[in-house]
Amino acid sequence: MVSVLDDGWLGEVLAQVAGASTLDALHEAAVELTGKRSALSAARQALGALPPDERRVRGQQLNDLRAQVEAALAERRSVLQAAQRRLRLAADRLDLSEVLAARAPRGAGGHRCVPGDGRWGRGRVHLVQRTRDELEDVFVGMGFTVADGPEVETDWYNFEALNMPPAHPARGMFDTFYLDVEPPDGVLLRTHTSPVQIRVLQRRRPPVYAVMPGRCFRRETPDARHLPVFHQVEGLVVDEGITFGDLAGTIESFTAAYFGADIDARLRPAFFPFTEPSAEFEVTCTICRGSGCRTCSHTGWVELGGCGMVDPAVLVAVGIDPERYGGFAFGFGIDRCTQMRHGIADMRVLLDNDVRILRQG
Amino acid sequence: MRVPLSWMRDFAPFGDDWQAVAAAFDELGLVVEQVEHVGSGLSSVVVARVESIGAIDGADRIRRVVVDAGAGPVEVVCGAWNFSAGDLVAFAPVGSVLAGGLRIERRKLRGVVSNGMLCSAREMGIGEDHEGIVVLEAPRAPGTPILDALGVAPDVVFEVAAETNRPDAFSIAGVSRDVAAWLGLPFTSPDPVPVLSGTEPTSALVEVVVEDPELCPRFTAHVLSEVAVGPSPPWVQRRLTLAGMRPINNVVDASNYVMLELGQPTHPYDLDQVAGPGLRIRASHPGETLTTLDGSTRVLGTRTVAPGDDRRDCVICDATGTAIGVAGVMGGASSEITAGTTRVLLEAAYFEPMAIARTSARLALRTEASARFERGCDPEGIDRAVARLVEILAISVPGLRQAPAPIDRRGPVPAAPVVAVRVGRVNAVLGTDLDAAQVAGYLEPIGFSCKTTVDGDLHVQVPSFRPDTTREVDVVEEVARHYGYRRIPRRRLRPPQVGALDRHQRQRRLVREVLVGLGADEAWTASLLAPGTHERVGLAGAELTVANPMAADEAVLRRTLLPGLLGALAFNAARRSGRLRLFEIGHVFPPPPPDRVRVALTHEDPDVSVVDERELLGAVFAGEGDDGASAVSAWATLADALGLDDVDIDQQAIVGGLHPTRRGALLARCRGEWAVVGEAGEVDPDVAEGFAVSAVAAGSEERRVGWLQLDLGLLLDAADRRSPLVAPVSRYPTSDVDLSLVVADTVPAGAVHRVLRDAGGEWTDAVWLFDTYRGAGIGPEERSLTFRLRFGAPDHTLTDDEVAGLRAACLAAAERRLGASART
Repeated sequence: MVSVLDDGWLGEVLAQVAGASTLDALHEAAVELTGKRSALSAARQALGALPPDERRVRGQQLNDLRAQVEAALAERRSVLQAAQRRLRLAADRLDLSEVLAARAPRGAGGHRCVPGDGRWGRGRVHLVQRTRDELEDVFVGMGFTVADGPEVETDWYNFEALNMPPAHPARGMFDTFYLDVEPPDGVLLRTHTSPVQIRVLQRRRPPVYAVMPGRCFRRETPDARHLPVFHQVEGLVVDEGITFGDLAGTIESFTAAYFGADIDARLRPAFFPFTEPSAEFEVTCTICRGSGCRTCSHTGWVELGGCGMVDPAVLVAVGIDPERYGGFAFGFGIDRCTQMRHGIADMRVLLDNDVRILRQG
Repeated sequence: MRVPLSWMRDFAPFGDDWQAVAAAFDELGLVVEQVEHVGSGLSSVVVARVESIGAIDGADRIRRVVVDAGAGPVEVVCGAWNFSAGDLVAFAPVGSVLAGGLRIERRKLRGVVSNGMLCSAREMGIGEDHEGIVVLEAPRAPGTPILDALGVAPDVVFEVAAETNRPDAFSIAGVSRDVAAWLGLPFTSPDPVPVLSGTEPTSALVEVVVEDPELCPRFTAHVLSEVAVGPSPPWVQRRLTLAGMRPINNVVDASNYVMLELGQPTHPYDLDQVAGPGLRIRASHPGETLTTLDGSTRVLGTRTVAPGDDRRDCVICDATGTAIGVAGVMGGASSEITAGTTRVLLEAAYFEPMAIARTSARLALRTEASARFERGCDPEGIDRAVARLVEILAISVPGLRQAPAPIDRRGPVPAAPVVAVRVGRVNAVLGTDLDAAQVAGYLEPIGFSCKTTVDGDLHVQVPSFRPDTTREVDVVEEVARHYGYRRIPRRRLRPPQVGALDRHQRQRRLVREVLVGLGADEAWTASLLAPGTHERVGLAGAELTVANPMAADEAVLRRTLLPGLLGALAFNAARRSGRLRLFEIGHVFPPPPPDRVRVALTHEDPDVSVVDERELLGAVFAGEGDDGASAVSAWATLADALGLDDVDIDQQAIVGGLHPTRRGALLARCRGEWAVVGEAGEVDPDVAEGFAVSAVAAGSEERRVGWLQLDLGLLLDAADRRSPLVAPVSRYPTSDVDLSLVVADTVPAGAVHRVLRDAGGEWTDAVWLFDTYRGAGIGPEERSLTFRLRFGAPDHTLTDDEVAGLRAACLAAAERRLGASART
């Protein structure tokens, strides 16, 4: 047997350690080389037979040897452990793209539907509702509050208080659904959200800075751009010292905030019974950015809505002094904004609630 | 309305810059919808004489034609047959580009080279005629430009959409006045030249009685004699054509010409065909009939078309009282102008605009005349219009005579007001800084005459052709229009408040987010349902209906969101996408009790609406594995999101349309009181089948559809009562123990849960059901419910004895209050 003190012993031992190819083999080597029955242990037991001086020198030699062997074992162990970890993780491979690839079309049953199971995915807020939320947010940012109101209205709120007495010709602009409620022609489905303006003005004195989004009804045959049930947002400002300049400035600020700084607004004289002076407002065509295309009939402008200074007759109808207070109002279609923003060629697709449409945008 | 620029030039010296005119229209609110260039591209078209015509071998529709356009013979191939050798025709040589961009090229047809084209009126863009090529009547030298030969000039026609309140803008003169003022051009309207006077006064020739001056505040009658019916002068015909009307004969054309030019419709009768002769103007008798010029039989006074409509149509009758025309809308067939007419009775009137509007709507008959009368014609413009008509007619009838002293019946003709306009008010409304002279400077050119008052303000006489302008603010709008909306200085609005959504609006968005987070897509279904739909979903009772639905199946206002969402599911199921969760937030409409309607119609309280509209959230759960539990689970998530800690479900409650043993009413505690806020469960299988929600289900296995419907008003009222303060949690460990209880099927797990939670007292950290067992060892009408109880104290670790004591207390409470027993 080779003595631990022989030249070459250490070299052989280190080679043996380096040659251990598994953690088990390394463990066996460790027992053999450093365990109780190892040559190192035997050599240490033999120290007692030596004279004190020699024992000290020899003891130091044995400690150095043991330290070198143990260091080699530790290093080899970490190498083998790293390799084993690599193998284990390699076997643990997961193709994460399976998750994406397994997504079936919405509603086709590709996923198990488990409440709270993240794989079920999120639904979508309705395209028009999303537009409504965005519009509300823009106006809230400009300092407006938001008001809601009923969809079934009286003739007074929908027409009369808005400077359209019975048989006013401007009523012809609004094809109205009347309800079977006594008295006849007294109760209707609102044709615009303007009745909410009246309710707001009845509820509180000026200053009023509010927008009124909501569902409206007009008895019109649906076409690509109009549905009999549609949504609009109106705005109302009543305060002291309000001028047409405030109206124009507000329309322009809104346009820039909602459509972007490169979209302009312009006002053009128009007629509405509830405002005077009245204007239609147009915005730069969002399709061609003003250069002219089919959508805007090559004018570069798309009509968005109507606006104007609140007619004094409307203020009088709700008991507000038009000499002291003035105001402006505006209104436009939420559906129209949705159509423009999302490029929906025919609005009638929204009537079906086809999930292939609902999931877009 | 089609407005030819050349016609506008009769009233103001508009230049050739048509774009400036179009821009002026736009700035003034007279929207130009289209601009048509007429007669452009004719500069190279010339007169040519047809030299010879020959057949082409093998062609029976086209011929070889040799023409001379002044530069020698040219051969062309032509498909028209309405000319012969020697005729003068319009010739477009190779290289011409006609209106519409048609480029004339050298072409070979049946082996014959065609070196140009002989043109029809339509090809040249000067008329509608396309039956054959244009053949000139008057002799002209070959080579003469066709524009000179035909006496036409290139023109621009604006298609203008005027607002309904501007009757003046429905005439060439009216829009010319507006545009001229904008462009700073002088507006002139020359006085018509009178004709020879007849021998007998009008009253000797015709009798006129206005029985109903309310419907017809002014009626004038005129008699023209020595009339010879024939074609109008070419320029009259051309103007009518440009304006979109077809020339008929000189009498009818003159009437139409004046209507287009001045906005005043008139009606010519053949005097010798009118019984009496005399005219009576009265309200129709209900059910009275009349055959109008278009050959249709019209029934009058049949139905109301607007609130407050008294169903009276104004009719023109002859002396016997027989209706011969619907006033202001359309004349009758019996007295129309014919080739043999020699004496014309001319009606020029002012009818009550609203009456005309209603009659037009009632008869569903809209004419050029009714469109103008219902806007309100100029009651003082009648005389001028008649004079102009007579002047135009006299061009083709030089011997025309007009009976003196026309009949003029005046009733309550509205007077154009004088409006006091404060300059300060103008500036206050517009945000401008104008003085009185500037304000007057914008008003005078459009016919408003202004006088300055001692206060420096204005008294403004409104012209009779502007019935839309009666108040100070109306005049302000005129100032604004002519000042220019574009020029009004913009101001940044500075509201004296912070913009915000209110709590309800914020929480409504939160509800949407929760549903979306649960994988539901938002749908928007119809508010109007077909009759019988509510019965299909098990909802009996009264419903609110539309009096004038567009379609029979869109007549009932919904009281639930269920049919709409089931319909949406079915639509998608039929497209292999039925495994869905959908939700909707929308209003439903319970029929109002009469008392509520009565209060709402007083309009005194803005918080009272006609219908107690409820805003509901509805959701269907039809995904893989979905059932009623999915709906209740969604409800739990929603309640948690809204901060509703106390919620429950009452399965004893009866909810229509749902599976009878898998449904319940949802309860939430609001300020100590339990309130029903909605319903949840599964759609009754028969109801679901009725909507075909699983049309193409794999293996045609019946699909369960979970249903959740919540009243957002009630729910959000109950919500958000949770303390905003964060409670500390114990630093000491908690202890879990399980308790299996055997309880009767009639005892809801929710009741057991509540009893256990209460029994543990303040040391109860949480209680939840984690296993339900039926089978061996359990009775037939019972099941075992295993709850996990988690106990903990804020100030120490509970001892085993304490935990055992709590568990025993829970068991004892369940035994005592629910008849439960411990499972052994």
